[in-house]
Amino acid sequence: MSSVTIDHVPPSVGHDHAHEKPYGWRRWLFATNHKDIGTMYLIFSFCMLLEGGVLALLIRTELFEPGIQFFQPELFNQFTSMHGLIMIFGAIMPAFVGFANWMIPLQIGASDMAFARMNNFSFWLLPVGATLMTVSFFVPGGAQAAGWTMYAPLSLQMGPGMDFAIFAVHILGASSIMGAINIIVTILNLRAPGMTLMKMPMFCWTWLVTAYLLLAVMPVLAASVTMLLTDRHFGTTFFNAAGGGDPVLYQHVFWFFGHPEVYIMILPAFGMISEVIPVFARKKLFGYSSMVYAVCAIAILSFLVWAHHMFATGMPVTAQLFFMYATMLISIPTGVKVFNWVATMWRGSMTFETPMLFAIGFIFVFTIGGFTGLVLALAPVDIQLTDTFYVVAHFHYVLVAGSLFAMFSAAYYWLPKWSGRMYDEKLGKWHFWMTMISFNVAFFPMHFLGLAGMPRRVADYPAQFTDFNQISTIGAFWFGLSQILFMYVVLKAFSGRGEKASANPWGAEQGLEWTVPSPAPFHTFTTPPEVN
Amino acid sequence: MKKLRGLLGTCAWLWMAVASAQVKDMPGGPRVNQLNLHPGVTVISHDIMWLNWMIMIICTVIFIGVFGTMIYSIIMHRKSRGAVPSKFHEHTGIEITWTVIPFLIIIGMALPATKTVVAMKDTSSPDLTVKVTGYQWKWGYDYLDGPASGVHFLSNLKTPQAQIDGKAPKDNFYLLEVDKPLVVPVNKKVRIIVTADDVIHSWSVPDFGVKQDAIPGFLRDTWFRAQKTGTYRGQCSELCGKNHAFMPIVVKVVSDADYTKWATAQKQALLASAEDPNKKWSKEDLIAHGKQVFTTNCVACHQANGKGIPGTFPALDGDAKYVLAPMKGQILTVLNGHPGTAMPAWRSQLNDTQIAAVITYTRNAWGNAGKGKDPVVQPSDVKALR
Repeated sequence: MSSVTIDHVPPSVGHDHAHEKPYGWRRWLFATNHKDIGTMYLIFSFCMLLEGGVLALLIRTELFEPGIQFFQPELFNQFTSMHGLIMIFGAIMPAFVGFANWMIPLQIGASDMAFARMNNFSFWLLPVGATLMTVSFFVPGGAQAAGWTMYAPLSLQMGPGMDFAIFAVHILGASSIMGAINIIVTILNLRAPGMTLMKMPMFCWTWLVTAYLLLAVMPVLAASVTMLLTDRHFGTTFFNAAGGGDPVLYQHVFWFFGHPEVYIMILPAFGMISEVIPVFARKKLFGYSSMVYAVCAIAILSFLVWAHHMFATGMPVTAQLFFMYATMLISIPTGVKVFNWVATMWRGSMTFETPMLFAIGFIFVFTIGGFTGLVLALAPVDIQLTDTFYVVAHFHYVLVAGSLFAMFSAAYYWLPKWSGRMYDEKLGKWHFWMTMISFNVAFFPMHFLGLAGMPRRVADYPAQFTDFNQISTIGAFWFGLSQILFMYVVLKAFSGRGEKASANPWGAEQGLEWTVPSPAPFHTFTTPPEVN
Repeated sequence: MKKLRGLLGTCAWLWMAVASAQVKDMPGGPRVNQLNLHPGVTVISHDIMWLNWMIMIICTVIFIGVFGTMIYSIIMHRKSRGAVPSKFHEHTGIEITWTVIPFLIIIGMALPATKTVVAMKDTSSPDLTVKVTGYQWKWGYDYLDGPASGVHFLSNLKTPQAQIDGKAPKDNFYLLEVDKPLVVPVNKKVRIIVTADDVIHSWSVPDFGVKQDAIPGFLRDTWFRAQKTGTYRGQCSELCGKNHAFMPIVVKVVSDADYTKWATAQKQALLASAEDPNKKWSKEDLIAHGKQVFTTNCVACHQANGKGIPGTFPALDGDAKYVLAPMKGQILTVLNGHPGTAMPAWRSQLNDTQIAAVITYTRNAWGNAGKGKDPVVQPSDVKALR
């Protein structure tokens, strides 16, 4: 670069070219600006969170009492299946990509994402996939009802709703792959001069690792659902024993995607928490390099544990032992992360604004989910508990209290940068406490139900399970309604009410995003900043 | 907001009071508001209980340690108390320590678990072998050896539909009772060979510490040795379609003498019910018998009114393609199933008389009476096409 002489145009000089800010619908449909695309990602995923949430509340409504009151089992199974698909592929994953779009260029001092037009395409695929999933409820036979895992051969029995789900997964998967390529290329090539990999913010690090996981496993998911499609319509017998296939093959392929997917949904959350805690403890992140190594270790181990989802299928004893040991190993790097967060807080000077509350709440409840994960790692205990409500409790503790709480934390943390206004702190705190308490009311009793043997994905249950189900339903509605508060707080900040935010409202000691004004201007870092 | 919470809380307690007043613990099934695993009646289930307690205690100790530190820090190291942040941000020694110690703890947990895994997989030298087949939505049992060798039957949910629909009060065994339970002798190693006919099911009895997926086209096995007589209950534990919640497992563990007595009675009953497929039946008898067969086997999909569920399960009432057409098509569909749909092949589950009866019933029930061809199908017609 240094040998080439380029006339250096200072960014403040208004030069008219294609990068002018577009107006009206064109600004969004043809968006190439990472901030606009990030905003669209976040709005989209919040809408899907509400759609998936409504399905969850319908599930909890039917489960309020034993017996069939509101929804016949075939419809109930559609709700559980689509709740899972919509939350994972529509809400959690796109939301993380939205955060990445907004924050990665700002954090590494890049002017935009590497492939701006591909970025636009990967966003606009999402509404197409979401429409397919939503519309599938209204085709003959309704939406697919084989669970979000779509196990063969049950999924081979489904009506056209299954094909809608398969195509939706393909489309959303393609979007994820493009998003991942964009993030990898941006991080590896567009970092500001002086920002070495080991100086990168943790959020970028975790997303870099996540993007590689996405590249590795989304094609595997595409392969597994394509085999379903050809088994359904083109006479292949991948999963049909009568034709030489094996139903369990589907599970192996699916979970080879499915387990890394779990980490795809939690690693960026780790990154967010590692951003928030040091700022509010006013102390540097403890053990930065061991945090990076821990993330890489988790990512590598995540490829070696998939069959722990399948202990009950009846594997050879050596396979059970291997997958049990490998699964238990993951708790070590995960433990290191928790220890490091606590060590960061230790002897800091803490304040407890909403982002910090959600971060501490995250560590607290996520650790409970981690412990139940360790319980489930023991193959004999897993065989007793798999496919019961214990598993439902476990993965909601890591996906809702894990991923979602981390995103709430990050949303409050970066909201001043996005909107230019401070959010309403009092309402934010209300949102935290309501969310935290109602979450535990909704999901903690499920541990007991699972231990006592209540299977998951059932529309009806023995009357002995009634009380805990009712507590859970009440907690679920409370949790759902609390999220309206979040929407109000965000809209209030964006509508320009609330105190004006300075460039660095939290007094963060590092982070390039805090060197640009709030709200972040349409174009930032047109000249890369120098990092020492 | 406080008022709302109070209201919700009051509702919750009221509901709980009403619910608990009616329900009692279910012997062999869940207790009311059970908090932990089933106590169990096999060595394996006791081992699982022990492992769960061990790991819970270890996790609780770690939890208290980590969060005790964090809460202390939250209280003491806050800005409002004038805490001044320290500058430390790494310490190799401590970082290695909290990597190595968890590793050692994990080895300590893995050792006893390994022992149990190996014991669970050892299905060698059983005293008795039973083949279990999962169907949508019931279980089939075949005794392969011992005094009951050759005995086979289907086990259906016994809870009446009225209780599920809320038209009758729910009894104590709601959803966990069957018409014919699996019967096994006490203190004998029972090997269970599990498979399925249509989709994946899972045969699970928490009191035995057994859960084995039933995979169509493949055989898997597991075992248990129940140490106490009694009735033990479980549920299908793999999503298998709409009636997944309605295919329970009930196992009666009886003394050796009772088992032999039961086996003899079963064999005699089997002989008595063996029907001559060449016997000519009257139309009325076929319809009456067929109605029973239909209620046990077909009603879940095709519905009592024969209308099916539009878009998912086809109607039989007024169906010109099979039911009102000549009998051959319908007999073949019932025998061989309809590939790619939920319609299973019934040839292994129903005998010629049952198939003839149920087909005759569908051809004369609802609005079908007097409409189609071949209103009466005899067992010999089925036998000819089998």
